[in-house]
Amino acid sequence: MKHRATLLITLTLLFIASGLRAQNGRAWSNEPETVASDTARSLNHYFTPATPASITPDEEGFIQRWLLLEPIEKQIRTNTLFTDSYLRNAFDTLYFHNQFTLLPVDGEKVKVGSQELTWHALDSKLFNVKLFRFAYGLYKPTYGVLFWAVTVINSPEEMKNVRISVGSNSASMWWMNGEEILLLSGDRRMVMDDALSRRLTLKKGKNIIRGAIINGPGMSDFCVRILDENGEPVRNINISCE
Amino acid sequence: MKLHDSIKTVLLILSIVTTGTLEAQIGKPFIHDPSTIMECDGKYYTFGTGGGGLISEDGWSWHSGAVRPGRGAAPDAIKIGDRYLVVYGATGGGLGGGHNGRILTMWNKTLDPTSPDFKYTDPILVAQSDGVEDNDAIDPGLLLDPNTGRLWCSYGTYFGFIRLIELDPETGERVEGNEAIDIAIDCEATDLEYRDGWYYLLGTHGTCCDGPNSTYNIVVGRSREVTGPYLDNMGREMLKGGGKLLLAAREKLIGPGHFGRVILEDGVEKMSCHYEADLDQGGHSVLGIRPLLWENGWPVAGDNFKDGTYKIESERRGYSLELAVDFIRMPGRIRRFNQDEEEPINPIPAQQLSDVIDSWPAGNIDVRIGDYMVRPHQRWTITAVPEAGGYLGGPYFKITIADTERALAATADAEVTTVPTFTGAAEQLWRIDQLTDGTYRIMPKLVPDSNEQLVLVSSGDSTPTLAKFDMKSDNSKWNFKTH
Repeated sequence: MKHRATLLITLTLLFIASGLRAQNGRAWSNEPETVASDTARSLNHYFTPATPASITPDEEGFIQRWLLLEPIEKQIRTNTLFTDSYLRNAFDTLYFHNQFTLLPVDGEKVKVGSQELTWHALDSKLFNVKLFRFAYGLYKPTYGVLFWAVTVINSPEEMKNVRISVGSNSASMWWMNGEEILLLSGDRRMVMDDALSRRLTLKKGKNIIRGAIINGPGMSDFCVRILDENGEPVRNINISCE
Repeated sequence: MKLHDSIKTVLLILSIVTTGTLEAQIGKPFIHDPSTIMECDGKYYTFGTGGGGLISEDGWSWHSGAVRPGRGAAPDAIKIGDRYLVVYGATGGGLGGGHNGRILTMWNKTLDPTSPDFKYTDPILVAQSDGVEDNDAIDPGLLLDPNTGRLWCSYGTYFGFIRLIELDPETGERVEGNEAIDIAIDCEATDLEYRDGWYYLLGTHGTCCDGPNSTYNIVVGRSREVTGPYLDNMGREMLKGGGKLLLAAREKLIGPGHFGRVILEDGVEKMSCHYEADLDQGGHSVLGIRPLLWENGWPVAGDNFKDGTYKIESERRGYSLELAVDFIRMPGRIRRFNQDEEEPINPIPAQQLSDVIDSWPAGNIDVRIGDYMVRPHQRWTITAVPEAGGYLGGPYFKITIADTERALAATADAEVTTVPTFTGAAEQLWRIDQLTDGTYRIMPKLVPDSNEQLVLVSSGDSTPTLAKFDMKSDNSKWNFKTH
């Protein structure tokens, strides 16, 4: 009985998703759609495990090392509902203990409702972090999802007037050292330098950047870099997961 | 209260009748993902998602009737030699389905389904995606490179990369050994264009298929090479999400997507798209056609001409079109400067039509171009005449002196005059196209006793006439100002 109810809910969600998909929701196929075998799902195309040694940003300053939490399932019918108030409510919700202060370690598990989710310390092979591929590679839900991401920036000196630059698909919210710094609301595609924080100060030593990215129907990803007061990427920092 | 509501209702209907129909095409222009508009034997055609498409006799009123087999999504079309190549995605993409798309091409000698020559060739598979890779092979767009004669096709959706492949312009097949190139992310319904040494990649961002809440919008990047990298005006790669906004929602037209370009002649270009929802047409997805402008090497979506009262200003000198009538002085006296400071300041009313109209002749009155003084003989009311048909992107207009029926008209000797009353005759109807530089071309529907297509030009600073359009000359260009 429980399985039947779960199946019904799943089918309903799939139906809703197919009718209100992100782009090109056109039910006009006259071709049988046989997806290629995905038995070889893996994170390897897009990520490598984070190493103990810290890394530096790529040439354009993008931060490629992140602790990523497996997606929290959310019932999201359309991305146009990502209003500021919806997002504040969604991101203020407590999903797991110490979610705004936790610096997790690779493999650490948290409980979110009935879901047991694992943190993964990864280096993206790309300038952006393809959350869709992260979830897909782990056989996790890819649509109707909320991701948490954490990284640690080690600055060799205090840096004033820097800005955190973010692009995300879809909406997201970001914090640095526990302070909210950015909210990207609405139905968004990931665009480099889409939204920038106000002027901030990077402390000498450890700075923790935390993000929450939410998506209904869409290919979730994000990109983050730090820009100096001249708009140039900050590269003389080290990035780690601890 | 009821009367008040009734008046509001009537005003609303009037508003829709007088302005709503001017925004998008008329008829039943219901379509999603229109292909680039093709002209074939004097008619216009565009194909859409799901098969079929629209036909128009004049480019303004559109109805279903175009035929494209294969269903699938988001086709494009191009004329190569004396044949038409149609390309489409066999699948529809979507979260509920897979992403194993297929791009197919097919030829036809004509787009007229009533022609005995109308017959599509068998579809040719030119690209596909396996459903897992970072690409969904739907939404193709074609470009025949005017420099090299090589045929290119972009395709893809938000599911991964937009890709570029090369096709054989003789066969429509994929060039042997050609490898697809990734050229953008996070967009769909792409189209390639070339102009003045730049290749342009136009893509649609946002979400479709959610009626008035669809967030579709059209963005563009450009490259010196067709293979990219395509950068926006900030130098951001479209592979990193870059793109300069070309068109988002305007007025009651929500969610523009799927760009197409039509070059009518030097300086006269149109862009086609669909709007996810036309609020005046029940929220249907409709065909849109707008002027396409170019500013600093970037395409810009112009606005279709709107009814209103304007100064018609010559680009040549800046003078404005006016009736050739006596200049009537306004009341007032010659003032000495820096004196009379204690005199009370009272506003002076502007000159009214009633102040001058009795001095105007009753019959035809010639027109000339003069320095603008905000006088009644210089103010023109321009109004669409829906029953007079139209042209690609717009209806014909009547141009009358404000608050009168005195109408601008072409004459058989290729000059211009005004007639006392607008009768609806073809020589009193005017086509207004915004040009690629943002100025306007004003063209009579008909020059009496002539087959020539002439436009309103300045033959001198003060003298209008009709002559052939020349984009390189400011004589052919006009501006409409509301001041």
